[in-house]
Amino acid sequence: MKKPSKLEAINLDAYYGDFHALKSINVAMEEKAVTAFIGPSGCGKSTFLRTFNRMNDYIDGFRIDGQILLDGRDIYANDVQVDELRKEVGMVFQKPNPFPKSIFENVVYGLRIQGIKDKKILQETCEKSLRQAAIWDEVKDKLDKSALALSGGQQQRLCIARALAIQPSVILMDEPASALDPISSAKIEELIYELKKDYTIVIVTHNMQQAGRVSDYTAFFYMGELVEYAKTKTMFTSPHDTRTQNYITGRFG
Amino acid sequence: MRVQEKIIESLLWLSAAITILITISIVWVLLSESVLFFSEVSLVRFLTEKEWTPLFADKKFGILPLVAGTFLTTVIAIAVALPIGLTIAIYLNEYAHARFKTYIKPLLEVLATIPTVVYGFFALTVVTPFLQSFIPGLAGFNALSAGIVMGIMIIPMISSLSEDAISAVPRSLREAAYGMGSTRLQTAFGVMVPAASSGILVSVILAISRAVGETMIVAIAAGQQPRLTLNPFVPIETITTYIVQVSLGDVPHGSLEYRTIFAAGMTLFVFTFILNNLSFWIKKKYQEKYD
Ligand SMILES: Nc1ncnc2c1ncn2[C@@H]1O[C@H](COP(=O)(O)OP(=O)(O)OP(=O)(O)O)[C@@H](O)[C@H]1O
Ligand SMILES: [Mg+2]
Repeated sequence: MKKPSKLEAINLDAYYGDFHALKSINVAMEEKAVTAFIGPSGCGKSTFLRTFNRMNDYIDGFRIDGQILLDGRDIYANDVQVDELRKEVGMVFQKPNPFPKSIFENVVYGLRIQGIKDKKILQETCEKSLRQAAIWDEVKDKLDKSALALSGGQQQRLCIARALAIQPSVILMDEPASALDPISSAKIEELIYELKKDYTIVIVTHNMQQAGRVSDYTAFFYMGELVEYAKTKTMFTSPHDTRTQNYITGRFG
Repeated sequence: MRVQEKIIESLLWLSAAITILITISIVWVLLSESVLFFSEVSLVRFLTEKEWTPLFADKKFGILPLVAGTFLTTVIAIAVALPIGLTIAIYLNEYAHARFKTYIKPLLEVLATIPTVVYGFFALTVVTPFLQSFIPGLAGFNALSAGIVMGIMIIPMISSLSEDAISAVPRSLREAAYGMGSTRLQTAFGVMVPAASSGILVSVILAISRAVGETMIVAIAAGQQPRLTLNPFVPIETITTYIVQVSLGDVPHGSLEYRTIFAAGMTLFVFTFILNNLSFWIKKKYQEKYD
């Protein structure tokens, strides 16, 4: 049985000023599955990903046409509170970006801004999120130490823990492992595999093997268009479009 | 070609040397005159006596009243300039459009170019009467108006330097904050300001150093009465105004009265020297953090 779609883009066009960055994209993403966005540099993967938590709102001249639905609701509707939306749709960035605060304060940041002060809740959430992000054992003895003292890979898992702490239902990841060494990268992949039991995950990656390993569905973008969207296995074994084929076999991009 | 370069090089060297030489001679004059002063008045008296009356028959040489006056006006100035300056910095960074920012920043800096005499008269003839309308006990000369106006003068210093510090915070941190569902306000105060805190601190220290050394505004608006008090409603005197007062008066050169200004100057120098080094030290630490 097909699971309901969690995220959906309907006739989505996006513009940076005059530049047409995304061209009538239609796609529906399944709940509690991993969808990978692939495509050559500059094709619009990040732009598309960032429409799901409206991270592009701050860019001067950026605008969209069409709709983005989260659980069937249009997130660009007037009555949507962007900060509330982002508690539902978490994001992990390419470069680990922990706050210059302690590890503990990083994880509970999202709770603090919601006004939660209860020490017990904060501590429990902190431990739970760090365990989920598979970094608890490495940091449990130094929660009050600066997050900036961690390695890049640890910082990235900390950022994932920070995103998990506010219990979003969707996690957007923009090349989360591209700045990391192979071992840290593998850890992030394992983590994604674990997380999809509870979360809907959308990940941008340039690494075909990674897309193949972690994702259930893959979307291939080319020059602002969604060329092909299919089950990852199908796409990697028998791509429809020659552009997809060329890309995944490494012939361009 | 080579000769030309040699000439330029030696000119540059010369100007650097002259600067250093001038600094050294200032410190030397300060030191030597202060030494003469302290050979007549003990350092203990200087630091512990509660009155400063070197020009009267009954001479007292306690620097504390002048330090208190300086401290009082400086605190008032910072209390005005820090919240306003920081608010402006945050506004420019988090809310204002880039275009607006390029216009407003130089405009703000105009505040810093107004001659301090003008500020002094503004304090005396506008701010004081205005404050008197709801603070009945306020004297015509007082620390409050002088401090407030001094604060206005150093707003651009704090806003400009803090703005630089906040915009030096990596964009990724702002995105992290927004990505977690922070509002603009939460992003500004919960993430950007703390991350820029060392830079903001430097701006405050430089502003303090500026306020401590400010002369004209206090000379005009705060009165010239050394008084060991933290009451902002009465006339006081700061270290700088005392120095001006004596320099302009007819105190004979070489007398003890005359040397008091070097002792006072030395005190001022020690304060600003410490402050500037502090800011230098913080700046260095902060740069290491982001490199
Ligand atoms: N802030 C911006 N202003 C103007 N144009 C932009 C902006 N951000 C991105 N673009 C343009 O939009 C297009 C898509 O960019 P996007 O960052 O989404 O690509 P991407 O697929 O994520 O690339 P990469 O794999 O290199 O990260 C590019 O051509 C880029 O130049
Ligand atoms: Mg990208």
